[in-house]
Amino acid sequence: MRNDPANFRLTRRGFTSVALAASAAFALPLPASALDVAEARSLIDKAVADVNSIIGSGRSETQMFGDFEKLFVKYADVPVIARSALGVAARSASAAQMTAFTKAYQGYLSRKYGRRFREFIGGNIEVVDAKPIKSYYEVISVATLKGEAPFDLRWHVSDKSGRDLFFNIIIEGVNMLASERTEIGALLDQNGGDLDKLIAQLQTI
Amino acid sequence: MIRRLPSFSFDRRRNSRLRGVFALIAVTAVAACGAKPAPQGFNDPNEATNRSIHDFNRGVDRVLLRPAASAYGKIVPEPVETGVNNFANNLDVPVDVVNDLLQAKPGDAAKNTLRFVLNTTIGIGGLFDPATPLGLPGEKTDFGETLHVWGAKEGRYVVVPFLGPSTTRDFAGTLVDVALNPLRLVLEAPETYYMTGAKVASTLGDRSRYSETFDSILYGSADSYAQTRLLYLQNRRFELGQSGSGPDAADDANFEDPYAQ
Repeated sequence: MRNDPANFRLTRRGFTSVALAASAAFALPLPASALDVAEARSLIDKAVADVNSIIGSGRSETQMFGDFEKLFVKYADVPVIARSALGVAARSASAAQMTAFTKAYQGYLSRKYGRRFREFIGGNIEVVDAKPIKSYYEVISVATLKGEAPFDLRWHVSDKSGRDLFFNIIIEGVNMLASERTEIGALLDQNGGDLDKLIAQLQTI
Repeated sequence: MIRRLPSFSFDRRRNSRLRGVFALIAVTAVAACGAKPAPQGFNDPNEATNRSIHDFNRGVDRVLLRPAASAYGKIVPEPVETGVNNFANNLDVPVDVVNDLLQAKPGDAAKNTLRFVLNTTIGIGGLFDPATPLGLPGEKTDFGETLHVWGAKEGRYVVVPFLGPSTTRDFAGTLVDVALNPLRLVLEAPETYYMTGAKVASTLGDRSRYSETFDSILYGSADSYAQTRLLYLQNRRFELGQSGSGPDAADDANFEDPYAQ
């Protein structure tokens, strides 16, 4: 659009072109905000670079656990993972319960995976490919841990939260969301289906 | 993180490659048929029985396998453990070759044969693994996969006493693999006892190496039965190329969009 603000006059033609440009801007997706293969890949590249720098940092394990939790909150869509892990019970939960559950679940998840994080120390993760699958993107990486054959690690990335974040990890075909749903479902059963009791329990384990 | 368990730690295979090329073997002609829908969820009609066998296996692990593996891991130096593992793994390679041929994968059969020859000779009877750094990491397979390639469905989920999770198809495959091993046909006692001994030792080594993974699933999860079933089936389908980027992954069981729910 030719536009000279110094002597801009709202002529009929000028108005039409502004209106057209404005409606085009709203009608078409903005390239800057839409997630594509390259952006999904770059998100995981950054996450993986952070993981690699933590596991190669030589800091103490306890410090690494803290670093890991920060990284998780930065790159993962924790509220969506929490909701998915809770499964059908999320539908009948109140907004306050969901907030409390998400907070408790985030701590629980960070502790649970943080404890296993030491197995990655001295290892390396490398992003090898990315592709769209239906409504989101899959970024494929290969993890090589000390003294082990490399294994397949996939990240599912979406921008539907408003930010580019990963919401699922697939390790050699094992789906983290499905595994978490099984675990949280069993814990909820142990608590007689009482979500408040489950939230209290998650803070202790 | 959940990592693959050693009992089902196979490398990814490329099922599509060379499929159908070796159509000379009449029986594998079925392999050429189109991609079957990937199984979803689980088929577990004998859950009550399976659960009691799972509890039994967990008891065996708690009182026998876990303490024995822990002692094994502490006593046996790491290079020896690696050697025992290499030796036990090498013994399985002839079975892999037989299955590669049955699956009409002459490329994998050739690679595995070369691997076996290298590791048995230069690798001193399989104690060392010079083939992997030479670009032959091994294309592991089993008769359960052969049945899958031939068109057999997964069947029911089963828990086998002492052996753990399987499916009716894959457990049948395990039995055939034991019978099929050319080494068992060629060798006699006491060599066959060494084979069994190496297998037992390598199982202890795996249980010790992956103790955190095992413990977190068997003793750290709220429902270890359900968690084991999920992990086993998902991992097995991945190995068979039914999820991930495999040729049968058109309907990927791991597709899940929580934003659409």
